[in-house]
Amino acid sequence: MPDKTTLQYTPEHEWVQVDGDVATVGITAYAAEKLGDVVFVDLPAAGSNIASGKVVGEIESTKSVGELFAPVDGEIVEANQAVVDSPELVNSDPFGEGWLIKVRFASLPELLSFDEYSALVGE
Amino acid sequence: MTEERFSPLHQRHLDAGASFTDFAGWMMPVRYSSDLAEHHAVRTAAALFDLSHMGEILVLGPEASDALDYALAGKLSAIAIGQAKYSLLLSREGGIVDDLVVYRTGEDRYLVVANASNREAVAAELRDRCSPFACDVQDESDDIALIAVQGPRALEILTEVPGVRVDGLDDLGYYRSAHGHYGEHAMLVARTGYTGEDGFELYLAPEAAPALWDALLETGAGAGLVPAGLASRDTLRLEAGMPLYGHELSLDTVPSQAGPGRVVNLKKEGDFVGRAAIEAGPDDGARVLVGLAAEGKRAGRADYPVFDGEDEVGIITSGALSPTLGHPIAMAFVAPDSADLGTELFIDVRGTRIPATVVSLPFYKRKA
Repeated sequence: MPDKTTLQYTPEHEWVQVDGDVATVGITAYAAEKLGDVVFVDLPAAGSNIASGKVVGEIESTKSVGELFAPVDGEIVEANQAVVDSPELVNSDPFGEGWLIKVRFASLPELLSFDEYSALVGE
Repeated sequence: MTEERFSPLHQRHLDAGASFTDFAGWMMPVRYSSDLAEHHAVRTAAALFDLSHMGEILVLGPEASDALDYALAGKLSAIAIGQAKYSLLLSREGGIVDDLVVYRTGEDRYLVVANASNREAVAAELRDRCSPFACDVQDESDDIALIAVQGPRALEILTEVPGVRVDGLDDLGYYRSAHGHYGEHAMLVARTGYTGEDGFELYLAPEAAPALWDALLETGAGAGLVPAGLASRDTLRLEAGMPLYGHELSLDTVPSQAGPGRVVNLKKEGDFVGRAAIEAGPDDGARVLVGLAAEGKRAGRADYPVFDGEDEVGIITSGALSPTLGHPIAMAFVAPDSADLGTELFIDVRGTRIPATVVSLPFYKRKA
């Protein structure tokens, strides 16, 4: 599990971990908690192009539907099949095994720091 | 903006780490741990629900039976002391003001339990409708807490809770109630609920509720009892095919559309509010409530449209991936031509058409 304080965040409750030109993206524990038990995850296919700010996936709980927004322009390198098969990983390990997509990008937009995100969600 | 209200069990919920939701102005627990774990606990063991936000309205006096026969859709005078009945409060136009459970707790005494959001409306309507009769209507909601213990192990747990005394608890029938005590406090114990499982609803003074809550949790822990929130309650009642006010039932819905048509007793003598409208029947082509079952994991949810071929024929009122059955289920209002059991329809799930079949309600029925 990555150190949460070193991750970047979006106001849509996604976390982003950058490694070279690839960003790993998941939803935060705060978002997972708000959603409740995740029972279905729909992710974009590897090879598809995504545009920052657009809805690229869905995360459904027993109670509601959350949308996955692309935090960056780029190409999907990998979607986490383990999460598709076991959606509960989003609840049990949102920053680890519950990651959702890896995106190859050309440039990264400005995202929130850990402190900024924490302030946003009031924690 | 009304003031936020808190259950007498609020501190217990805080201590248990509950998440909260605003429900009709009340801060009520939505979940303690996991919606699914709480749901499964009710199906396999037992769970506790705090329902202290519900409205409890007493109707009492020599003409209480006659008054309720006039005020409500069912024949309340026909139920015996100790019996409960699901009923409807109809508008003059035949719409549903609220769905209620009515307990006859004495010869001239009834307890009407209303949805939290409709408490004031129900109390006001009952006062108005009962005024020509020799009876009193008293809104006791602030003086009554309600704890539900639901699940196949509910009886075994309740029997063992220290301080709970209810004569004949073992033999108490479904939709029956009995007077009991918790310590020094009087308690009404009813074998009713809203989850599709066996279980009990315990009505008692707010000041006694925290100690009873603790005692139930302690006694039931070994049997798998957990506290459960409103999120699991919603998936449980959906599986059990129970309509929810604001979803399946509303002022714009007449009973025959939404399933509780049988609750309306047109055979009972005398007038009751809404009778003329009900006798006239709903408009031709009025949509009817059906159950829908689908495959996969993607659930249709409230307000999603339903299609028969290319025609939009209805709308979902409640839907979820059923935790017990493992596939999506929904209740929907659809055109009568598309309502036959086995009809193949489509749910528009955010732009994707998901095939769904009309099935009978309830989706889940416990084994006797």
